[in-house]
Amino acid sequence: MSFQVERGEFVSIVGPSGCGKTTLLMCIAGLNPPSAGGVVVNNVQVDGPPPNLVLVFQEFNKSLFAWRSVLGNVLFGLEVRAKLSQDAEEEARKLIKLVGLEGFERHYPWELSGGMQQRVAIARALAYGPEILLMDEPFGSVDALTRLELEDGLLRIWQNLGTTILLVTHDIEEAIYLSDRIYVLSRRPSKIIQTIEVDLARPRNQITTRAQVKFMELRNEIYKQISQ
Amino acid sequence: MKPFARINLPGVLSLLALLLVWEISARSSKVIHLYFPAISEVVRSLVDLIQSRELVGHLLASLGRFFIGYLLSAGIAVTLGILLGYFRRAYTFSEVLIEFLRPMPSVAMIPVAILLLGIGNSMIVAVTVYACTWPILINTIDGVKNIEPTLIDTGRTFGLGRWKILKRIVLPAAFPYIVTGLRVSLAIALILVTTSEMVVGGNGLGFFILDEERSLKTTNMYAGIVLVAILGYGLNRLFLLVESKAMAWHRGATARG
Repeated sequence: MSFQVERGEFVSIVGPSGCGKTTLLMCIAGLNPPSAGGVVVNNVQVDGPPPNLVLVFQEFNKSLFAWRSVLGNVLFGLEVRAKLSQDAEEEARKLIKLVGLEGFERHYPWELSGGMQQRVAIARALAYGPEILLMDEPFGSVDALTRLELEDGLLRIWQNLGTTILLVTHDIEEAIYLSDRIYVLSRRPSKIIQTIEVDLARPRNQITTRAQVKFMELRNEIYKQISQ
Repeated sequence: MKPFARINLPGVLSLLALLLVWEISARSSKVIHLYFPAISEVVRSLVDLIQSRELVGHLLASLGRFFIGYLLSAGIAVTLGILLGYFRRAYTFSEVLIEFLRPMPSVAMIPVAILLLGIGNSMIVAVTVYACTWPILINTIDGVKNIEPTLIDTGRTFGLGRWKILKRIVLPAAFPYIVTGLRVSLAIALILVTTSEMVVGGNGLGFFILDEERSLKTTNMYAGIVLVAILGYGLNRLFLLVESKAMAWHRGATARG
């Protein structure tokens, strides 16, 4: 399989469970060496976690630092960039506000719901200031309403910060709603069976965008491909 | 955990009841009194022994050995545990050795220590360090080894190297395990200091207890035992106090919030 993501794009990969989506992201993030082939980020061959790239894990609850508060977790993203200064805390607070967690700065991860924890993980990743954000089923374990909220939040952030986002999901509608382009993966042995350009107008809206005929056509097409 | 926040009233009452039974039985039977002098007499002789400074020297000797041995073993075992837990190969090489030495009663090493170090302070400290090392070592290794792999990957995706991950992620994540080991070893240190003192003599609370028993000064012997009990209780309280401070610092220092 071979594919490309341009700077500033929002690209999704959809595929059935167990087709290796997570493994693919781990390879791109430089956390797992690929068994064959290679990954190139900013014209550099990946053989370790590339700078300017952060992966938001599917198991966000396991990736948060239990010994740090919400503010501490987000500050971590700034600390590792040695961007700790007077305004670091201010910047962290801004990001916490951006993901809608204002007022929870001093809470610890275990005091928050799943959806809130995931927002902490996203804010921490954004604090690192990555050019590229990889997201593994970021909204997989939050309730449906929170999910819609988080999708819109992510789109707002993406538009504000110009971050390149590659997202993996098994939710077809989520992929369509968020992305510029979608790569559809087959069951094992996985390969890209279709590339779909999503030319729905932005900014998107949970009601009007999802009600468009084109949205449903895309959904049906991808569904047909995946269930083959 | 707030060590001094609440008093377990039923627990205190049952302790007092036991002491009362002791007092009454000792006073009602000469035979019992021979083996169990009344607790009031024990307390009085404890006060006398402290006032006459006879016990103070022994107490200070034991405390010195305790703190040197305990702190040394904490430093050694935590450092070693982190390295063995973090570097798989180091653990593989040492696992069998650790599993072989660990279950052996540490007091069995007292003769070896006497052989190598004589009967001075260094021998008692060495045995204490040896015994205290195991619980701290094992718990630290466990804490580091059982760290959630996603946490390590989180550090890596944020661009941290191996040593920085160790310092900023592994260490704080393993902290609760390390504290558990330290707490277990607290009691062990007191056991080893007292036992070693009984074996090699000279001074210290262990020596005092055994010496008074041999001199048939049963009341003084009990006074020594009561003092050791108070010491163990006090040290445990002190540990809880330090632990709660350390936890607060741990959170504060790493989270700033």
